[in-house]
Amino acid sequence: MTTSSEGKSSVTAVPASSNMRLAKRLRRWLRRDPSLFFMPALLIVSLAITVAVHPQFSDFDLQSLAMGALPLAFAAAAQTLVVISGGIDLSIGSVMAVTNVLAASAMEKASFEQSLLLAVAVLVAGAVIGALNGLIVIISRIPDVVATLTTGFIWGGVALVILEKPGGGAPQEFLNLGTGTLFTPWLPNALVLLVVAVCVIWIPLRRSKLGLQLYAIGSDRIAAFRSGVNIDRTRFGAYIFSGLFSAVGGLGLTMTTGIGAPLAGVYYTLSGLAAVVVGGVSLAGGRGGMLGPLMAAFVLTLIPTDLIFLNIDPNFGQVIQGTLIVVIVMIGGFMDMERNRK
Amino acid sequence: MGLPISMSEATFLLEARDVAKRFDSVVALKAASLQVRPGEVHGLMGSNGAGKSTLVKIITGVFPADGGQIFIKSAVRSFRSPAEARRAGIVSVYQDPALVPDLTVSQNMRLAGAPVEAVRKWLAKLGVTRLDFSLLVRDLPDPTLRLIDLARALAWEPAVLLLDEITASLPADLSEQIYGMVKHWRDRGNAVIFISHRMAEVSALCDRATVLRDGVTAGVTERAHGSEERIVALMLGAETARAVASVPSTRTSRSRPADAQPALEVRGLRCSPQVNDVSLKLYPGEVLGVAALEGQGQEELFNCIAGSRRYDEGAIFAHGKELRLRHPADAIASGIVLVPANRLLALLQQRPIPENIALPAFGGIRNWGPIRMRTERKRVESAIGRLQIDTRAGSELRRLSGGNQQKVVIARWLASGFDILLCFDPTRGIDIGTKRQIYALVREIAAEGSAVLLFTSELPEIALACDRAIVLFGGRVVAEMPVSEADEATLLRSAHGLAPSVQGSP
Amino acid sequence: MTEPAKPVFSRLGAAVTGGGLLSLLRTRTIVALIILLFALVAGIELTRPGTVNALWASNMLLFAAPLGIVAAGQTLVMLTGGIDLSVASVATASAYLMATHSGLGVAPAIFYGLGVGFVVGIINGIGVALLRVQPLVMTLGTGLMTEGLLVVYSQKKMAEAPRVPQFIEDLGAGKFLGGIPNDLIVWVPIAIILIFVLRRTGYGRLIYAVGDNSKACSLAGIRVWRILLVNYVTCGLLAAAAGLIIVGGTDSAELRLAEVYLLPSVAAVIIGGTSIFGGRGGYSGTIIGALILTVLNSILTLLDVPESVRQILYGAIILVLAAAYTRLTD
Repeated sequence: MTTSSEGKSSVTAVPASSNMRLAKRLRRWLRRDPSLFFMPALLIVSLAITVAVHPQFSDFDLQSLAMGALPLAFAAAAQTLVVISGGIDLSIGSVMAVTNVLAASAMEKASFEQSLLLAVAVLVAGAVIGALNGLIVIISRIPDVVATLTTGFIWGGVALVILEKPGGGAPQEFLNLGTGTLFTPWLPNALVLLVVAVCVIWIPLRRSKLGLQLYAIGSDRIAAFRSGVNIDRTRFGAYIFSGLFSAVGGLGLTMTTGIGAPLAGVYYTLSGLAAVVVGGVSLAGGRGGMLGPLMAAFVLTLIPTDLIFLNIDPNFGQVIQGTLIVVIVMIGGFMDMERNRK
Repeated sequence: MGLPISMSEATFLLEARDVAKRFDSVVALKAASLQVRPGEVHGLMGSNGAGKSTLVKIITGVFPADGGQIFIKSAVRSFRSPAEARRAGIVSVYQDPALVPDLTVSQNMRLAGAPVEAVRKWLAKLGVTRLDFSLLVRDLPDPTLRLIDLARALAWEPAVLLLDEITASLPADLSEQIYGMVKHWRDRGNAVIFISHRMAEVSALCDRATVLRDGVTAGVTERAHGSEERIVALMLGAETARAVASVPSTRTSRSRPADAQPALEVRGLRCSPQVNDVSLKLYPGEVLGVAALEGQGQEELFNCIAGSRRYDEGAIFAHGKELRLRHPADAIASGIVLVPANRLLALLQQRPIPENIALPAFGGIRNWGPIRMRTERKRVESAIGRLQIDTRAGSELRRLSGGNQQKVVIARWLASGFDILLCFDPTRGIDIGTKRQIYALVREIAAEGSAVLLFTSELPEIALACDRAIVLFGGRVVAEMPVSEADEATLLRSAHGLAPSVQGSP
Repeated sequence: MTEPAKPVFSRLGAAVTGGGLLSLLRTRTIVALIILLFALVAGIELTRPGTVNALWASNMLLFAAPLGIVAAGQTLVMLTGGIDLSVASVATASAYLMATHSGLGVAPAIFYGLGVGFVVGIINGIGVALLRVQPLVMTLGTGLMTEGLLVVYSQKKMAEAPRVPQFIEDLGAGKFLGGIPNDLIVWVPIAIILIFVLRRTGYGRLIYAVGDNSKACSLAGIRVWRILLVNYVTCGLLAAAAGLIIVGGTDSAELRLAEVYLLPSVAAVIIGGTSIFGGRGGYSGTIIGALILTVLNSILTLLDVPESVRQILYGAIILVLAAAYTRLTD
């Protein structure tokens, strides 16, 4: 005779003993964010392939890699933020272009001190642009895919208004902030810049209430609403930060290329999105972190680099990037299906 | 507990006066009123479409009313968000827990600004003593989440606690916990607004009840003998109530020829972890009821038979032929159709009723060509007519009431034809009048020769519609009985695993 | 869902007296769009008298046709709740492949061009229909892939210059009967077939059903993957066909040929009243949407503003139109 307690559903969880706690935590972490394991592995593999292909991989090569990946990494960061909140931003590249040409045209004849001030102004401009994006998306009630596709188009036009053709410049000391190596030869400035920017912006945000709200509305909008979250205000915040990261990316472009290019935008929007997908952040929102997409940005940048080392047409790079996205999402979709077989 | 009926306004904790609300051309509320006193459990009743959930959403700040006023302790208030309502002392708990799945419990508390220690205290009072708050919400079972939601609401110490169908599909023991908490909260001088479709709950729990019909308040009842029937009458309007009352409420089982072949046979079905070993036989012309507590494998069983879920072991036969089910289309081809519990899963919300009903007709590629409109219209109209679907609400399905939507799901299968009808909790969340219509329809369908497998989460209704009943427990069939023995008490005992193993011949 | 046929005037009258243009927009969207189109045309005539004549109208149709064809595929895909970001790459690649194979004869060259659309469409279809990948990401990837492959291919083929056959040129730029653009010969049948399919066939019904709730379709015995697969292949073919017409109009196969068609193809569908979430809308609205966008483009050209400002204005107007649409049809 079975006891009636079996009819009850289990409502309590057995507390883990301290021995099991670490293993449990690790397993839980991995289950929540599988990219935590996959991405570092992919990055290491890509680096290994690069070094294998090009054994003379020097600190200069590392510098080039970091400089090449820097703008893409920021584009990926901006996109990750919006994706976590359950949305998407197809205007990131254009905002990068606008801030890039703004900086390059304003700093052309400026001193180093002035350029720093201008950089801050550009960051503010980026946040403002992001806020405008957010306002448009929210007030127009157009689905964010279409809305940001269109605002991206508009911002592209704005970039062209500011600078018709690639040009402009910045003082050498400013450019050195993103190029070269300040500390040791094997630590490129670009890498330092990336780490500092992400830590300064993302880490406090993630710990704050707004950060929690971002994850909440991405995970379950209705539950978030009923828990008292102001959905519109949170989405607005997501776009502001996306604009901020895009502006950092635009400044990064200025530093690493030395000029302003109004047409650079489209590439970074799509590649940034690719880095997010490859980096394991679910487009459904509510889950994931920055690390995966940032590493993916480096992996995606390594691809054309390796091709050059292998003397293969670097244009294949885009083919490989596109194929990589396609293959990864198809495998991901396949694995999801297997998991949900029942 | 009874307070004198005539009280001055100043003593109402919450009052809604002549509240009106419309959405485009649909009038949800015309003049709804509600008066809630301190120290009472107040039921809010009404069929689907009567305006209950709209009134609730206005009271709790989801959207504003178009007309009328809301008074909190005699002060006129209008809330622009649930947070604002909460600060005024009104907290609501819905059927779906307001917890974000990808955050931990403590993160959810932080998100909502809920006092964690108080929540722990209330959880303990609800019987949950050692919950790890660092677990992700999506890793916790649904009943636990309901209790967390309720505990969080209580931790805010609301003057008016609003519970919207929170006992739906909850196991009996947890429902009891909640009833106890509701009474406890009332006894502290607060008010609880209790919304439920389960008449038994309402009459046991509520001191008074307000009944809404067609967007207005039809009446307010006190707890007294016969108040149940009064409530039903108010909900349906006098005429419908009389018509519905004439449906016989008990069944007598019919005899079946000794060598009859089952229309549907399930042998040794296993679909881990929920279904362990289920065997059953369903004969043409009968309604076989399935009773079970939540989570005993009934949903997986139905989905396996309907072809939308793979199983590990066992076999399913339709009229003696073994079936290979890989997709619902295979089941449908063998005459097995499913009416799922969640209407949203089965319906096309933006499409008009005829398209919803005609959907299965396009299953095969040969049906991708031009549509024969006249044939379709005839079939659809006859199904609509038979089920008396109220099509006034317009051309989009989402404007229909829950009961009418459920009828559309059934109409779809009537129009396309079937042999074996699987009904999974078809009357969940549906008003009483439509419920009885659906059960009458199920009886008719069986009488016409089809076979019906019916699961309902409300045990008293097994007797209303079925010829036989089986009980599922722990993924196995633990009892089987003719309807004459299937009273609520017997079913409940078996559902808890208390009865001895299967009696009689399978 | 048929409304009793009323004379146009009484309908318009009701619109003017009872709620105005806005409620007309909601209930009879096509009529309102046509009114908007005529308002734009009237605007042009007022600001630059003499612009609007038969030649201008025929040029409008000429330019609108390729957009209309790309938007046709996009309509199908968006009706099922998806989107196809690879249409521009496919159109360009199709034009280029046709041009580089024009030596084999017109028909084989066209076959190669359409073949691109077919192949990319199948890949998209496999990803979205069978592997349940999000359409946005899938078509993003295939778009990048196609574009990249095209660049590589073009460099390999440097020796043979791509040539646009006379037939294609005539199709894309020519007119007959003194003014009717030849490309309407392609667009009009496509439009008629598409509208018929969407309204009157089982396949069309299923497109709406899948876009509304694919889970419900599964439960009703529909094999959803078949619909989605055919849909993406069709979209690819339509994009390829559009590419052939575009290149006929411009006479040189460049690598960025059809890039400018991506945003407008999505915009035409949205303005035309199809919801991006699927389940609602149709192609007739898209047709008017494509016409509106083409006229808009010509207005901006007439205004003689630099390309950058044109881009800004074009985008802003699309935003306004799409916002108006979304607000009114929700």
